[in-house]
Amino acid sequence: MSGEHASSTVAVRVRRLEERLIEAGVVGDDQLDAILTGVLNGASPVNGARIVARAWTDAGFRERLLADANAALPEVGLSMAGGIQEQRLKVVENTAEQHNVLVCTLCSCYPIGLLGPSPSWYKSEAYRSRVVRDPRSVLAEFGLTLGDGVRITVWDSSAESRYMVLPRRPDGTDDLGEEALARLVTREGLIGTAAV
Amino acid sequence: MSRVNDVGGQSGFGPLEIEADEPPFHADWEARVYALNTALVRSGVYTLDEFRDAVERMAPAEYLAASYYERWLHAIETLVAERKVLGDG
Repeated sequence: MSGEHASSTVAVRVRRLEERLIEAGVVGDDQLDAILTGVLNGASPVNGARIVARAWTDAGFRERLLADANAALPEVGLSMAGGIQEQRLKVVENTAEQHNVLVCTLCSCYPIGLLGPSPSWYKSEAYRSRVVRDPRSVLAEFGLTLGDGVRITVWDSSAESRYMVLPRRPDGTDDLGEEALARLVTREGLIGTAAV
Repeated sequence: MSRVNDVGGQSGFGPLEIEADEPPFHADWEARVYALNTALVRSGVYTLDEFRDAVERMAPAEYLAASYYERWLHAIETLVAERKVLGDG
């Protein structure tokens, strides 16, 4: 279901539905624009990276984050209300022996407010079906090869519960401050398909 | 009962396709669908669970043929019709 003709037909369907909902007063034009501005400007992996950099530099914050992420996020000026509705967040920590990776096997649940809109591969049947069965080979396709001694845990998100990975702080970064550390963290690191 | 979307552990969906520097949305209409769905959930027309259910009860062939945001559009149209919010039900 792709190609120029198909997508212009869909675009017309969307425009018609939007016009009818606005006309009926169910949604507002300004409301839709504000939602889009919010997700395009406010929701990005920069948020997740800031959380990680704080956890790497502040042991107390790290503990509070791992114990109750929703309660800890306001400390860095963030919350889990940036998506469609507020969700529970659990932050899972990578260690030398333990690697974590996220999926939503049933659909596409993802902490949009902290990571931005999810990449297409995260929503694909290929990723959702295989990462729970053979995470090691899926991670290798992303260029992340883990030693046999590293245990991999796959976290399956739901409508109410979201996850985010706390990657390991790279070696040789002792001199870096919080802002420089945050720039090292990628979206894939927060999903668990990259080391950081 | 397992539905078509319950793909965890299944085989045969092919290799991963990883797009470099992927934009948040691939077309303007996808962004409009995202905004519409968020507005309808926040306005209480339906809940996020009801939205997911509307995606997941699509006919399997239709679900598998549709792109991600086409599924969303289908679900929104289904729920808007079922809730009769346009007064034409």
